[in-house]
Amino acid sequence: MTTTLKHAAATIAPPLILFTALLAAWQAFVTLGDIPAFILPGPTAIADQFTQFREPITGAALTTGRNALIGLIIGAILGILTAIISATLWIADRIAEPIVTALAVVPIVALAPVLYSMFGASSEQARIIVAALAVYVPVYLNTLTGLRQVLPVHRDLMRALAAKPLDVIRYVTIPTATPHVFTGLRMASALAVISAIVAEYFGGPRSGVGSFITTAAAGSNYAQAWAYVLGGIVVGLVFYTTTLALETYALRKAGHR
Amino acid sequence: MTTRPAIEVTGVHRVFGRGPTAVTALHDINLSIAAGEFISLIGPSGCGKSTLLRLIADLDQPTDGTITVFDHSAKEARLAREYGIAFQQAGLLPWRTVAQNVDLPLQLAHQGKRARKERIDHLLDMVGLTDFANHYPDQLSGGMQQRVAIARALAEEPSLLLMDEPFGALDEMTREHLQTQLLRICAESRAAVVFVTHSIPEAVFLSNRVVVMSPRPGEIRRIVDITLDRTSDDLRTNPAFFESVAAVRDALHNGAPAGAGVDLR
Repeated sequence: MTTTLKHAAATIAPPLILFTALLAAWQAFVTLGDIPAFILPGPTAIADQFTQFREPITGAALTTGRNALIGLIIGAILGILTAIISATLWIADRIAEPIVTALAVVPIVALAPVLYSMFGASSEQARIIVAALAVYVPVYLNTLTGLRQVLPVHRDLMRALAAKPLDVIRYVTIPTATPHVFTGLRMASALAVISAIVAEYFGGPRSGVGSFITTAAAGSNYAQAWAYVLGGIVVGLVFYTTTLALETYALRKAGHR
Repeated sequence: MTTRPAIEVTGVHRVFGRGPTAVTALHDINLSIAAGEFISLIGPSGCGKSTLLRLIADLDQPTDGTITVFDHSAKEARLAREYGIAFQQAGLLPWRTVAQNVDLPLQLAHQGKRARKERIDHLLDMVGLTDFANHYPDQLSGGMQQRVAIARALAEEPSLLLMDEPFGALDEMTREHLQTQLLRICAESRAAVVFVTHSIPEAVFLSNRVVVMSPRPGEIRRIVDITLDRTSDDLRTNPAFFESVAAVRDALHNGAPAGAGVDLR
């Protein structure tokens, strides 16, 4: 028990010390250098704003988180389903390839203004779609890669064992692809939050973290803008760590170590 | 041995590709293997020995000719799970434990949980891996992984065992140890074995007959009968053993100078 605690302390302590040191240096730089707030507010000013606006920040974070989550779920389901189709039918793969490449190179958030005019400026729809599209690409590509990793020797083995197609999928294809699917999901979870926030910069209802960052910055409330940025960071971290925990759990349960 | 042959290969050809680039992997192969017989296929790389094994296993189909396994077509035999197979790579599923890997054929055959458990215990005992039942493949040495693969091949008590260079990637000591174990297991299970190898001593040590093949096109050059007293402990140092090794080597080189692409391990 004490060794586990010691081990945990040894893992957590170095980044914690570094983080504290960085905060202290930041504060010292701002105070001693007499840096104006519009260039860089100090951590204490940001923390002060964060506590003061606790409730609106939480509300905004929940709205952004909801958009990102719905987008993540839709994008992930679409990505996995279409990857399965592409892995099964080579013609589907050929058709999908240029489209996915186009999606991968176009900054998805650039679509936000167009989508706002499509769905109306008071709707969250555009943000969800932007998040879903951003999520789709890494999930699709990683799942497709995973589905193609089945070893020839495993394929021969299942054929020699006269396994039915569904059994091959259950016992070999899915376990082979699972780690790759989760890599895609982990990348996608961060992308979903980033896209949902950035999409808010281009208009739409004044509800999420991104909208409030722009408003606060435009109103010269710099420390407050930073407090909302902090809220966005928390949402992103929650998404990333949740996916990571889910990945660790699922892979351990499936026998991957 | 009964009169019913385990495998009957008649006039089999296998050509890969078409037109001018076509490669004849097997040319007019005729071979009959009796039930309970241990046969080795030996020859230099590219002689089609693995191809022949894959045809018997119905992992590939002949261009011409017929193959019957226990009086059925190769495909029917595969679908009826008449044979067990082991490859050069152990081919274990890395996300399954040793016991779960051995369980795979039983699970696919929808056998009862209790019967499966008993069978797994027996198989792991047979290959000496009872203590490793809950280990994962990456925690085992190459030789141990190969023993798991052999246990898996024997899971459904097949009367035919197909082995494609199963000890090819192992060191000499492990190899000899596993050869001895394989002979013991085969004596217990009375299965016929088709064993692909490129090692002459290995083929001689294990087999009742050694089928010597030559490449381009893959053909059977000669079939060497091996008559050794397998009850003796010092078989590998026995003069009769060396005579058989020399006979197979002679058949392989067919008068040509020794060392043409065949391991003398």
